[in-house]
Amino acid sequence: MSIEVRLFATLREGRDKKIYVDYEEGLNGNAIVEKLNIPKDEVAIFLVNGRDLALDKELKENDVISIFPPVGGG
Amino acid sequence: MYGYNGKILRINLKDRTIKTEKLDLEMAKKFIGGRGLGTKILSDEIDPSIDALSSENKIVITSGPLTGTPTPTGGRYMVITKSPLSGTIASSNSGGFWGAELKAAGYDLIIIEEKADKPVYLEIKDEKVAIKDASHLWGKYVGQTTDLLQEEHGDKAKVLTIGPGGENLSFMASIMNEKDRAAGRSGVGAVMGSKNLKAIVVRGTGKVAVSDPEKLKVIFKDSIKKLKAHGVTGEGLPAYGTAVLVNIINESGMFPTNNFQSSYFDKAEEISGESLSEKYLVRKEACYRCPIVCGRYCKTDEVEGGGPEYETIWAFGATCGVSDLKAIIKANYWCNQMGIDTITAGATIAAAMELYQKGYIKESELDGVSLEFGNADAMTEWVKRMALREGLGDKMADGSYRLADMYGAPELSMTAKKLEMPAYDPRGVQGQGLNYATSNRGGCHVRGYMISPEVLGSPEKLDRFSLEGKAIWTKIFQDLTAVIDSLGLCLFTSFALGAEDYAKLYNAVAGTDHTAESLLQAGERIWNLEKMFNLAAGIDSSQDTLPKRLLEEPIPEGPSKGWVHKLDELLPEYYKERGWSKGGIPTGEKLKELGL
Repeated sequence: MSIEVRLFATLREGRDKKIYVDYEEGLNGNAIVEKLNIPKDEVAIFLVNGRDLALDKELKENDVISIFPPVGGG
Repeated sequence: MYGYNGKILRINLKDRTIKTEKLDLEMAKKFIGGRGLGTKILSDEIDPSIDALSSENKIVITSGPLTGTPTPTGGRYMVITKSPLSGTIASSNSGGFWGAELKAAGYDLIIIEEKADKPVYLEIKDEKVAIKDASHLWGKYVGQTTDLLQEEHGDKAKVLTIGPGGENLSFMASIMNEKDRAAGRSGVGAVMGSKNLKAIVVRGTGKVAVSDPEKLKVIFKDSIKKLKAHGVTGEGLPAYGTAVLVNIINESGMFPTNNFQSSYFDKAEEISGESLSEKYLVRKEACYRCPIVCGRYCKTDEVEGGGPEYETIWAFGATCGVSDLKAIIKANYWCNQMGIDTITAGATIAAAMELYQKGYIKESELDGVSLEFGNADAMTEWVKRMALREGLGDKMADGSYRLADMYGAPELSMTAKKLEMPAYDPRGVQGQGLNYATSNRGGCHVRGYMISPEVLGSPEKLDRFSLEGKAIWTKIFQDLTAVIDSLGLCLFTSFALGAEDYAKLYNAVAGTDHTAESLLQAGERIWNLEKMFNLAAGIDSSQDTLPKRLLEEPIPEGPSKGWVHKLDELLPEYYKERGWSKGGIPTGEKLKELGL
């Protein structure tokens, strides 16, 4: 089983848009961010299935993660 | 006299008189300038219950005390008038360079009265002002008009103009400057068109005096540092412009699709800011003294020009069910050429698509142009027809509310106070929904941009579904935005700057002694004055509401599935925070406190 990680904006530089990470028990956002070599200060928005989740919270199988750097507009 | 020029230009188009009047500085400072001062003047000079397109309506075009000064983003101007679309106060804001040029010409604001008997334009070259014949410009697109006027008056002249949309009194008509910058919302271009005023050309060679230039230098450096250091203004907006929001709003399941029938668009990636940069971006563009540089200039094999911005991509994209970015760029281009608002234009096409889908609009009314959701090719044709009032486009030109109401289905218009709501589904972001419902100009995202705390986490992250604290946050955001719009700065500075920073900038420029608190109170004063204008115009607080769909039909799919907007729980708390009566009317006590 794996977890789908979607990357956006500048986080795509040098990385794929969509990455699959193998699920293992106890996996959390911090581990994902580390695995993908994303500096912590570039993670402005971390969504799990479209909802905000703290990076230290445990993930579930089949979760879909979306990570954004600081973005804005209007 | 610092920050202000102290001069009003009053133009009567019927008598063809041009007067320069002294600005009452005490009054100006009470309402700051820009949006606040314009609202004060309009409220004093017109009866808010008049027909917006009658000659009794006036147009007040204002700069702020920081417009045309070295302050970062200090180039903005506002158009204040009564809106033909919503019947409320209209105060549309635009960037570019025109506002700073007006200030350099020596004026703080222009008041335009009555109606010319034939098409005219206004020429301002410092103290030399003339009303000129515009018969050669009438009927011309925004680009053509701008080029012709610059050929005549030189490249340095800045041109503000309406397009055919304004001439034909389309209720969604915008006022454009430097071709691609728009005072877009509320149909302000139709008011200009109703007065037979095609354009205003400005050339200014003066300089705005500043109270404490040395102090301003220090505060300026500090502001630039903050804007550069902030993730949004220093990295996010410069890198992808506003269009970067497409994916985040869609991933959050609050990206209205097919006229808000859904809020998740499965083809969002195709119309995202990332795709725009990869396929069509030619260059980035900045307004007057802007370190953020969020403007985009894009080119396809058919058209090229400024934009499209996030809201526009949504309006011609998801809410029309369209995933063809090239077609969106084309529709944006034609809105700018015709001088019509991209948000209301796209949202009205989407409402027409649903009216057609549900059988209200018949095939025989379409003159062969599709109204199927997802038909990208038809959009540009509808844009042109709404601007020229041709065929069904004539009905659509009055905006989605009047269109849907005409077919007996007003609930299919996704508007607040008849102004089309932009690209965030209130069901998935409760504070923003409260802002839409209570905004003095109707469904507008930039009267109190609650997306900032509720989605983007700035200045702090709020749970977008929670109701807790949303009323007071909305009030503060609304009041602060009124301050920024009145100073003459860009709202995007507020990602990095706060009320205290604005007070420091204003004090250094105008020699005022504001604190963050007193400046926010001025914002509250402006908000209440706008509300009083609306009440006098007959727009009472029963119109502080949202379309039935958003209050009763849960979002059917995606990450915000199951949510409706809980306005009835938020509204009483909001009125309380505003110090208004339970019925949403500013109390005598509140008005007295604010000096109104």
